[in-house]
Amino acid sequence: MTTSTRRSVLRTTAWSSLAIAAALAGCTKKEEAAPVAASEPAAASAAAAPASGASAPLKIAFAYLGPVGDGGWTFAHDNGRKALEKELGSQVQTTFVESVPESADAERVFRDMVAQGNTLIFGTSFGYMEPMLKVAADNKGVHFEHATGYKTADNMRTYDNRTYEGAYMAGVIAGGMTKSNTIGVVGSIPIPEVIRNIDSYTLGAQSVNPKVKVKVVWVNEWFNPPKETEGAQSLIDGGADVLLQNTDSSAVLQTAEKNGKYAFGWDSDMTAYGPKAHLASSVNIWGPYYIKAAKDAINGTWTTGKVWWGVKEGAIDLVSISDKVPADLKAKVDKVKAGLKDGSFSIWKGPIADNTGKEVLKKDVVADDGFLGGIKFFVKGVEGQVPGGK
Amino acid sequence: MDTYALLLAATLNAGTVLAIAGLGLLINERSGIVNLGAEGMMLVAAIAGFATAVQTGSDWLAFGAGALAGALMAGAFGVLVIWLNTNQYATGLALSLFGNGFSAFVGIKYTQEHLAARPHFSVPLLGDIPFIGPALFRQHPMVYLTIAFMGGLVWFLYRSRAGLVLRAVGESPESAHALGYPVRRIRLIAVMVGGALCGVAGAYISVVYTPLWVEGMVAGKGWIALALTTFATWRPSRVLLGAYLFGGVTMLQFHLQGEGVAISSQLLTMLPYLATIAVLVLISRNPVWIRANMPASLGKPFFPGS
Repeated sequence: MTTSTRRSVLRTTAWSSLAIAAALAGCTKKEEAAPVAASEPAAASAAAAPASGASAPLKIAFAYLGPVGDGGWTFAHDNGRKALEKELGSQVQTTFVESVPESADAERVFRDMVAQGNTLIFGTSFGYMEPMLKVAADNKGVHFEHATGYKTADNMRTYDNRTYEGAYMAGVIAGGMTKSNTIGVVGSIPIPEVIRNIDSYTLGAQSVNPKVKVKVVWVNEWFNPPKETEGAQSLIDGGADVLLQNTDSSAVLQTAEKNGKYAFGWDSDMTAYGPKAHLASSVNIWGPYYIKAAKDAINGTWTTGKVWWGVKEGAIDLVSISDKVPADLKAKVDKVKAGLKDGSFSIWKGPIADNTGKEVLKKDVVADDGFLGGIKFFVKGVEGQVPGGK
Repeated sequence: MDTYALLLAATLNAGTVLAIAGLGLLINERSGIVNLGAEGMMLVAAIAGFATAVQTGSDWLAFGAGALAGALMAGAFGVLVIWLNTNQYATGLALSLFGNGFSAFVGIKYTQEHLAARPHFSVPLLGDIPFIGPALFRQHPMVYLTIAFMGGLVWFLYRSRAGLVLRAVGESPESAHALGYPVRRIRLIAVMVGGALCGVAGAYISVVYTPLWVEGMVAGKGWIALALTTFATWRPSRVLLGAYLFGGVTMLQFHLQGEGVAISSQLLTMLPYLATIAVLVLISRNPVWIRANMPASLGKPFFPGS
């Protein structure tokens, strides 16, 4: 190819790709989100919205940390969004953006959502806290809801689920099902929420099996299937035979399945990913809260605050308990569930000591939300130290 | 004792992905082309392999599909770099980014899918030997194929005529061209074979290593494989060594975490990458040695008749 023909080929290609890029850039983020979603309800409600008449539908946007197909954390949030659409139909119009990184990029996404007219915005990961605060400060007329965070503003509130209740119930099953008296947790990032889950898992296991020991590995990410696999494998190689995860994919369950061990589904029902290994799934049910938040916004009764729902409000449940779990163990779990529902049972009730022997909760003292929110220690029975020190 | 046997087994498993990709990139670089698109190729091959495994249920067809996907992408790269003489590094990066996005797009439908339970493998008699059995002989066949392939590649490069021609093209394409060899065609074949191997590595990740599909699941292994070929001074046996070293340190850091060792988990996670950098620095200290081992025309464009 001579130089001049090559140059003209390259020039034509460059100009046409520039033209295509400009055409694509003309489409808004919402258009980009809709085909990615492939969710008919969203398209249907968007089409039905103008027909409702009375007032314009409330525009709601969700920012997801991972892909909807992770089968875990984000999948649960999306199920909540779908429940919201089903319940409120033409009163709302929802969109979402997947795989929003926990960085400065998140701020751009939130500003984009505001610019598109969304007045209720959900950020479904801890790391969106600072970007959301910034965007909330600049947009006082928009309501922001931040999941699993701890900072609020007049127009931003936090919501969370008591995932530790699910972890405790899983621990009860684990303590009864383990044969090696060693169980494991694949941890994501060492924040109080995850440490609390590990501790609750341990407390649950110890309630049926005082001899049990807990090993922990940290992936240092919420979502990294190959690393989660490696972490789970090393726990199994170290003797753990029932695994819990705090990460967002089904890799840990699949690794347990591969090795003939047991594991729990987390955030969503993961039975299908490991039929032989699956004992139960601790699921997040976000639907009820999303419906309440949307109704608040529609009725004008939205206020800031911190919401922390659990089994009592129907936000956490341990589902799909396998037939391998003996009836008496299942009965114990049901008893715990009933106790959590009517408030008669408290997981974090003293005496509780950390794994250096220091007492952290005196006898018969029930921990309050402040204590629970700042847990940075491992309880007795967990091996190792919390990364980053105490 | 048992944990060490299992650690060894896990090392072999973890290192195989890097080894296959590294050997493919070695063939690539021996012909003088640097293909930075390894990550992108592995991702596209991962989704191709996973989709095939979901539709047909056959692992080997999945590997084949991955190889095909890798070869096609490498072929596109090859045409751009060899005939249009675009900058190899920039084109490779573009391929990587493209692979990232394209695989995510194609894979949208497959994120909820899962494969049938993975079978267990064990070499008939050898797998039952007390310590060595679980450590070495209970792996997926691909692990052993990789080692065999490395042996075959050594023979090919250093003992066969075709390998000699390949090396000649990598050292001095002008001389090879003067001797009448079709330099550009040889380079394209090398690039496509390299891409096919990266593809097999990618399919291995999504079908055997972590049997599911999510965006970006290769998580940087392509880049590590690229570093490996330099780390290994372009020798097949050293590529394997480097791959197992990296895989071994990765599994070791999880093992240490599980044992409750009092080193921060974040530091332990950095360990494999630090080890790779340390070895690369040690190797690079001697520029003469590098020049002696590196294919002389690596990264440079070739213009026949100029």
